[in-house]
Amino acid sequence: MELKFILESLLFSAQKPLSPAEVCEIFTRAAEQDDADATVKSLKKVKETELTTALEQLAQDHEAAARSYRLVCVAGSWQFVTQPEFAPWLKALVGVKARPSRLSQPALETLAIISYRQPMTRAEIEQIRGVSVDGTMQTLLERGLVESVGRAEVVGRPTLYGTTTLFLEYFGLRGLADLPAADELRRLIIEKPAAPLTADPGLATTPPEQLKQDEATAASSESAPAEEATK
Amino acid sequence: MSEYNVKFEVFEGPLDLLLYLIKKEEVDIYEVNLTKLATQFIAHIELMREFDLEIAGEFLVMASTLMYIKSRELLPVDQQVQVEPEEDGEDPRWELIRQLVEYKKFKDAAAQLQTLEARQEGVFPRLPAKLEFASDTPAAKPEVSIFDLLNAVNSVLKRFEKRDSTREIFEDKWTVSEKIEYIIRTLTTRENIRFSELFEDAMSRSEVVCTFLALLELIRLKQLVCAQPEAFAEIEIRRATGVTPIASPPVPATDVAAATAPATAEGIKS
Repeated sequence: MELKFILESLLFSAQKPLSPAEVCEIFTRAAEQDDADATVKSLKKVKETELTTALEQLAQDHEAAARSYRLVCVAGSWQFVTQPEFAPWLKALVGVKARPSRLSQPALETLAIISYRQPMTRAEIEQIRGVSVDGTMQTLLERGLVESVGRAEVVGRPTLYGTTTLFLEYFGLRGLADLPAADELRRLIIEKPAAPLTADPGLATTPPEQLKQDEATAASSESAPAEEATK
Repeated sequence: MSEYNVKFEVFEGPLDLLLYLIKKEEVDIYEVNLTKLATQFIAHIELMREFDLEIAGEFLVMASTLMYIKSRELLPVDQQVQVEPEEDGEDPRWELIRQLVEYKKFKDAAAQLQTLEARQEGVFPRLPAKLEFASDTPAAKPEVSIFDLLNAVNSVLKRFEKRDSTREIFEDKWTVSEKIEYIIRTLTTRENIRFSELFEDAMSRSEVVCTFLALLELIRLKQLVCAQPEAFAEIEIRRATGVTPIASPPVPATDVAAATAPATAEGIKS
């Protein structure tokens, strides 16, 4: 009996997503049953890494089979979910999905910053966004998508924020490493260009007469939006 | 002004507005003309004021930063403040660009999160109903009644019915107290014993009766508990929990058992 099929049967009947640790526990319990045969006993001490490999293999099998459902790992736990394209019928089946309203643009931006840079303080978030985040932070905290994870060891000991398990579930992410372009944004270091940056190439070296000309072009482009607006 | 149908976007903050202006110029953030950007930014703030929109402080801070950058640029090159290459963050232009790039990246990330959010709305997990049959089975009978025990012992006694024709006569070498010791001894080595096991070695009807009486006596003394692990399963006998086990049967108990023995035996026969 292949390990992945045992896992498939478990996930098929499980009432909640199962983590490899929980599956390990099930395997141990199964082996301790009186009627456990050699196969069951042999899997008593199965390692979590083995399970993960088998689960990934199973997920690939399902992917290759192109079924209407797939095996996904959300927040470290595995479950079967339907493919998004069948949503219209499923929505009709289960009724209106009890899902909170979608997040606003500021909330999404704030959440994106926290998710990639956590743990971070409110001031650090505001520094990136350039605006106050009091209101959006309140929303995110209320919805349980972010939480206080400690205090920064700086003056005033401000609260540090991080994302919750619910955040991963809400977006269907396996973990924080699963965030889009996670490597790039986690500790984003914007390379300072080798050549000294000038606001306007040539401007700094051009004589004042040319500057006036530059001003003129700036003024002309300034009037452009106004023209557009009249249309 | 009211005759114009102006589409006025709401910006999240000064950085959002700057990004919008850069996008309109269709240039890379790194190559943006900050002087031009400053002019446009101020123009936009003017527009906001015309519309009586409340201008947040952040916009004014940004406007002043842009003005500062612009003013530096206006100086002839030989009079410009030379930024030491080592002093990071000293150059306001670089600082602004860095902030813009960073903000842009997160804004894009937010858009991706929004896509994920929308996708996740259409994803339905498999939620099987609870496997009811597991809990539907009747709870294990905790205690076995005297009638259950009598039924059980009667079925054991059936073994000896056939031998009645060729009856051997031998002395009754079994006593209840001896059997009590036997049961206690057996249950010190193992956790439980099946009812039938108790009578496996019984040679005669009277031995079965003796063992049974010993069992009853021990139950009466609350030394043993009879239970059925599940309905219709064989009766199991195990030690009562939380009772100090008796090493040897108390003498009065044996007497009582012996005294009641004939009566009980009659009852089983009938």
